[in-house]
Amino acid sequence: MEPILLRARGTKDSRSIAAYRAAGGYRALAKALKMEPAAVIAEVKASGLRGRGGAGFPTGLKWGFVPKDSPKPKYLICNADESEPGTFKDREIIHVDPHMLIEGIAISSYAIGANVAYIYIRGEFHAEALMLEAAIAEAAAAGFLGDNILGSRFHLAVHVHRGAGAYICGEETALIESLEGKRGLPRLKPPFPAVVGLFGCPTVVNNVETLACVPHIIERGGAWYAAIGTERSTGPKLFSVSGHVNRPGVYEVEMGVPFREIIDGLCGGVLGGRALKAFIPGGSSCPVLPADKIDIGCDFESVAAAGSMLGSGGLIVMDETVDMVWALENLLTFYAHESCGQCTPCREGSDWALDVVRRIRRGFGRPQDLETLERIARFASQGMTICPLGDAFCEPIRSFLKHFGHEFEAAIAAAQPLPAAKTPVLPLRSGHGWYGS
Amino acid sequence: MDHARTAPLTVAPPEAVAEVRFDAALEAQIADILARYPNTQAALLPVLWLCQERWGWISTGITRAIAARLGLSPAFIEGVLTFYTMYQLQPPGRYLLQVCSTLSCQLCGTGELVGHLKQRLGIDFGETTPDGRFTLVDVQCLGACGEAPVVQINNDYYTELTVERLDALLDRFE
Repeated sequence: MEPILLRARGTKDSRSIAAYRAAGGYRALAKALKMEPAAVIAEVKASGLRGRGGAGFPTGLKWGFVPKDSPKPKYLICNADESEPGTFKDREIIHVDPHMLIEGIAISSYAIGANVAYIYIRGEFHAEALMLEAAIAEAAAAGFLGDNILGSRFHLAVHVHRGAGAYICGEETALIESLEGKRGLPRLKPPFPAVVGLFGCPTVVNNVETLACVPHIIERGGAWYAAIGTERSTGPKLFSVSGHVNRPGVYEVEMGVPFREIIDGLCGGVLGGRALKAFIPGGSSCPVLPADKIDIGCDFESVAAAGSMLGSGGLIVMDETVDMVWALENLLTFYAHESCGQCTPCREGSDWALDVVRRIRRGFGRPQDLETLERIARFASQGMTICPLGDAFCEPIRSFLKHFGHEFEAAIAAAQPLPAAKTPVLPLRSGHGWYGS
Repeated sequence: MDHARTAPLTVAPPEAVAEVRFDAALEAQIADILARYPNTQAALLPVLWLCQERWGWISTGITRAIAARLGLSPAFIEGVLTFYTMYQLQPPGRYLLQVCSTLSCQLCGTGELVGHLKQRLGIDFGETTPDGRFTLVDVQCLGACGEAPVVQINNDYYTELTVERLDALLDRFE
């Protein structure tokens, strides 16, 4: 497949508007502004584009939920919070081709009738926030943002808004709360942001990669895009590959190619010629898969059929040397730290599960611990919490126990028997924030 | 990625920010920020960033000044401030070493870096060296996993680090 989202990688000054325009940039915006907004939405629907942030919701459908007759202003938010462990594709788009994103934002804002768009970017991405601000300034100077864009009477202001360190703000309603100047506590849905979103107004939140696809869809047509990939997972997809491979990095592939082609082909195989033990296909909240699933296709349906999720395409590769009890402890440390604290099952469950796994790894596991973990995973997921962070830590628990339960059993079997009437004093967990660590 | 020079943080001592007044330059920047939003509350995170850039951390005095400027209660701001991990609640060292400790970096050798850092600096996570040069913190995934292991120093990412490269870097920071 020809590179689409990463076509500018390797070109000189690829971040500049000159380079972007030389590659045909901003032609799609001119084309879109001559179309009716409804026709732009129809084209995106026809493309089959599904959200690239993790949930895979059809983008055109999401746009269609915005009420046409609302007297309130409408907002577009570009979600550049990119915080799912193992995911770094949006950062790559910003580094390589920020104008592709800006053009996507402009077209999408036009489609939904928004005159203000915010790019919510994670606080750590300071350099990337500056890159985006520079691109916005260039685009405004060239007349692609601001008032009366290309004589269309459509006007749009785009602002960069930095987060300040909170994984949860990648969840769209938490992001909205954060943008409003509050703690990032997810909201109950419904109402959905398309109806009641930012400042109580209709709002669409789309991921960076999703928006970067839009100029291509408008320029070359929804049918062209839909012909790439599989029937229900259309288009190109960026995979962020990390962990034990020879050439980690961001790769653009057609949806549906086997993971083997990414891991063994593009990434040059497992580091040091060692054997693959497991991989997490879509960012750390997606269920881990054992090595024998390497031949499944990298599309939403194939990964779901194999018992995991495509998620954000954050592919984490683990070789035969990895202790899976250790790996789960690491992931639970993340989720226990990032739980916003709003829902009891998630707040308490993530800390509790972490304590149990930590105990197992330190040689104080008990036979009933695995059942306790399963119980926590039932208690904190599948609708028991306001947002999917509950599922995000429960799915790793379930999948690690399902595929690598023997490692947990072995750790428990090797545990030191506790002296009678003596409870081991374990170090306190680090808790939230670093002052207590 | 190697940066020619990561600028040291400007860190105000507690007595200097016990009580704070915004000068004209800061007021102008706040006005710019306010123009982007329909209400003042939405400007809170950007204004906190602005103040942290100026003073290095957010003291209670700074919180009160922001509260007065944006028409928010100090208690509300304190709640927001402590929810996020990047706002500093105490004066940090001039170089804030933020070590990514999530899975992909751990798979690629962060543990060794951490052990070395703690030994070299003589501090644990959450602590600052007595000379005020370095503060060491562990952070969650920095979103640069393909270049693991990653340490963010102030605003800059340093990637594919080894103990030797990290040592060479730290030697340059004053």
